Amino acid sequence: MNKPIDRTAIGVPTPLVDGVEKVTGQAQFSADFYPNDALCGVIFRSPYAHAEILELDLTAARALDGVVAIVSGDDCPHTYGIIPIARNEYPMARDRVRYYGEPVAAIAAIDEKTARKALSLIKMKVKELPAYFTIKDALADDAILLHDDKPGNIERDVHNEFGDVEEGFEKADLVREQTFKCAEICQTHMEPHASLAEWDDERAQLTIRTCSQVPYYVHLMLAHTMELERNQIRVIKPFVGGGFGTRTETLNFELIAGILARAAKGKVAMHLNREETFLTSRTRPYTEITMKIGMTKDGHLTATYCNAVQLGGAYAGYGIVTILYAGALLQGIYDIPAVKYDGIRVNANVPPSGAMRGHGTVDSRHAFECLLDEMAEELGLDPLEVRRRNMLTVPTDTMNGIKIMSYGLDECVDKVELESGWKDKVGQLGPGRGIGFACSQYISGAAKPVNWTGEPHAVVNLKLDFDGSITALTGAADIGQGSSTIVAQTVAEVCGLDIRKVRIIANDSAITPKDNGSYSSRVTMMVGNATIDAANHLRDILLVAASAKLDARPQDIEIVNEMFRVSGGQDEGLPFQEVVEAALVDTGTITVKGTFTCPPEFQGGKHRGGAVGSTMGFSYSAQAVEVSVDPDTGQVRVENVWVAHDCGYAINPLAVEGQIQGSVWMGMGQALSEETRYHKNGMPMFTNMLDYRVPSIVESPPIHTYIVESIDPNGPFGAKEAGECSLSSFIPALVNAIYDATGLRYTELPVTPDRLVEAISKKQHRDRVAAARAAEATGAAE
Amino acid sequence: MSSSEQAPRLLSMTLNGRVRHDAVGDNILLLDYLRETCDLIGTKQGCDGGECGACTVLVDGKSRLSCITLAAECEGKSVETIEALATNGKMSALQRGFHEKLGSQCGYCTPGMIMASEALLRRNSSPSEDEIRDALGGNICRCTGYVKIIEAVQAAAEELS
Ligand code: FES
Ligand code: FES
Repeated sequence: MNKPIDRTAIGVPTPLVDGVEKVTGQAQFSADFYPNDALCGVIFRSPYAHAEILELDLTAARALDGVVAIVSGDDCPHTYGIIPIARNEYPMARDRVRYYGEPVAAIAAIDEKTARKALSLIKMKVKELPAYFTIKDALADDAILLHDDKPGNIERDVHNEFGDVEEGFEKADLVREQTFKCAEICQTHMEPHASLAEWDDERAQLTIRTCSQVPYYVHLMLAHTMELERNQIRVIKPFVGGGFGTRTETLNFELIAGILARAAKGKVAMHLNREETFLTSRTRPYTEITMKIGMTKDGHLTATYCNAVQLGGAYAGYGIVTILYAGALLQGIYDIPAVKYDGIRVNANVPPSGAMRGHGTVDSRHAFECLLDEMAEELGLDPLEVRRRNMLTVPTDTMNGIKIMSYGLDECVDKVELESGWKDKVGQLGPGRGIGFACSQYISGAAKPVNWTGEPHAVVNLKLDFDGSITALTGAADIGQGSSTIVAQTVAEVCGLDIRKVRIIANDSAITPKDNGSYSSRVTMMVGNATIDAANHLRDILLVAASAKLDARPQDIEIVNEMFRVSGGQDEGLPFQEVVEAALVDTGTITVKGTFTCPPEFQGGKHRGGAVGSTMGFSYSAQAVEVSVDPDTGQVRVENVWVAHDCGYAINPLAVEGQIQGSVWMGMGQALSEETRYHKNGMPMFTNMLDYRVPSIVESPPIHTYIVESIDPNGPFGAKEAGECSLSSFIPALVNAIYDATGLRYTELPVTPDRLVEAISKKQHRDRVAAARAAEATGAAE
Repeated sequence: MSSSEQAPRLLSMTLNGRVRHDAVGDNILLLDYLRETCDLIGTKQGCDGGECGACTVLVDGKSRLSCITLAAECEGKSVETIEALATNGKMSALQRGFHEKLGSQCGYCTPGMIMASEALLRRNSSPSEDEIRDALGGNICRCTGYVKIIEAVQAAAEELS
């Protein structure tokens, strides 16, 4: 059923179906909707990182001419959050603020100037509390609690062990352990957060346009926090300027926009500036990882132990899932007989962290791949060879209960070795130049959604009408990754129709079926399969209609170039339009539905937290990074990247390449320059795009991209994930390349010039001392 | 934002080839003038001022950040935005390049990226890769890793040559 019929629409590089709007300036993003009668919404934010609110005086602000509504924590007594069992955050703080910039109140006024003036009139009296911005301070014995129900400021504490780890380490010839520190980094999508909320007071209905990756969750959270029936709400996702995970969770500003619009009995445009967008990001948490690996002298892995501590931030957010991911994907890439994981997520007075591209898995993979490199060297083994010796054979089940049906990592390694010229380069590039290597894997969609309802994982509707075109209705959120294009290609492929006659209507809760949204790289796998299902239904209907006319059995008919004809026959056949008209007789417009459900055996292990990491298919990536390092300035320049990514099957090779390149490059930002930091009062330091150093085009390398297709039996046409996996392998490959160039194993991220210079000079000093000692010793011996 | 109230004055410019006269305060940014007064929402704002390039437009054929340019500075000048590039309903070579080579993913940086590229191609019709990188150095894209943006500009340059 998943076999492509003639592959005219899939497997070919396809420009995005909504691309013309983007390049002509016609694409409307949330901030581009600003009706004349809309009010300007602004948020009053806490200037304290941790404080009890004693009094919030809104009278002066309320009295200002032009202010239409003011709301605060008093207007919303309900907590929200993505994990149903861990909602501990109010859209606007009540009683207590826990991070600098946390929303406390919001104002709707006739224009921005008035709104800002009113902001300055709000008076908040507080009792300041001790605030913690580091793991150490938050965990200190005398630290006060951020949340009374979280003793020790430990938000989550997870432990699991598979196989006998102790025995594994005993069997090893070499055991090494290393601690890595990875900075907090921010998604920094180009579109600042924005919503337009319209409250229709006559009908008591809310319509919101908002930049979400998961519009249906915004829908649920609005209903919950505003005490509305779900049918009183309509959520529309316009064009969205990137997300990279931050917009997976419903964010405070979109709830506040809704609350404010109802209070104002009108329309509220809420546009966050860049600084506020930084404050409203569910970052990749600052993480300290201690990784331990056991290996035999011929390079076989015997056991691994990972301890991860994440700076979770002020509220739960995605918490449990993020910390579980850091351990779950230790498996599923190499054959390791025993794996143990301890993870702690710590509450502290910084904005809550969450799901950034590669959710929770990136820093653990970094630690593992760096340590593996070091151990390979110690044993005198080629790092690629070590990986080859630990490959999985599929199909297989991991110890944590994940089924793996396809595995292209071996091919990825071979490809990168060949294309990068690895053998002639490693250790041979001369001073200041180096090459490094690493691998990674990622899930193709979480097989168990966080909000479990028993519904299928994806639903797609297709409408076929008298005009002979097909309209696909999908709730899948295209945020630039090209999911709408995948849907269009799939329909065109299965129904044998030119892709230009397939229209996509996406993301309007009044029209399109519910979708779980764009997170965990689930869309191609799940929505793709649902689309195939729907298109097959439609195809069957058309084949039956054609069979009467062609006087042949439906199964003997094929569709080629929009013509229905008997397979192998000489007749020209029937045009598509004619078959459509035949199919519509007596029934009229045809609508069909397709669904996709992950079978229970793919929904993860039975242990606690076993759903996290479960998936219908792992993607794999291998990559080599070549760098030059200036030892005097600490400048690292990435000269070249070779990356091979096993995406199962590339439905749209153009978009697959784009996704791989984008994730590699984002890994580069994390590796070399990006980090958030906080001032002593908890105010973030880098809330603009100069200080938060996203790489520019000038310093960005060529990325040689190779697609590997392992054809996963679960995937639509065999496809798996393409947009997250290659981020993870870049970072350790780069750090391993820095080692090749400098002899320095660096364990902190990002590897900024100042850090690297210091480390290099320390190392030079150590080397000199060691050399002097050695000389002394030989001298003494003589 | 500016606190003083500025009485609007008549501003005349050629916007996307048409002469316009609008009453505009002296402190109004070109970006806000384009988006709010002229309804040209193709030009985007990505930062709090001068950091990202999303708002790039052409003023007298040269690329300018409209978020740190006053509308009043453009008196008597010619301003071009992303909306002006397509002619007779057809995308320009650059637009086609960005579309077909996937130089645009989410599309938010795209108008600024294309306008900065347009300024480049007008002064240098066959730029080297380094010249492309230099010209786009102030335009941040968070989606593409820039690889396909360079290919897009190269494809357009080739089409135009
Ligand atoms: S919006 Fe003008 S440079 Fe960012
Ligand atoms: S395409 Fe998304 S920021 Fe450039």
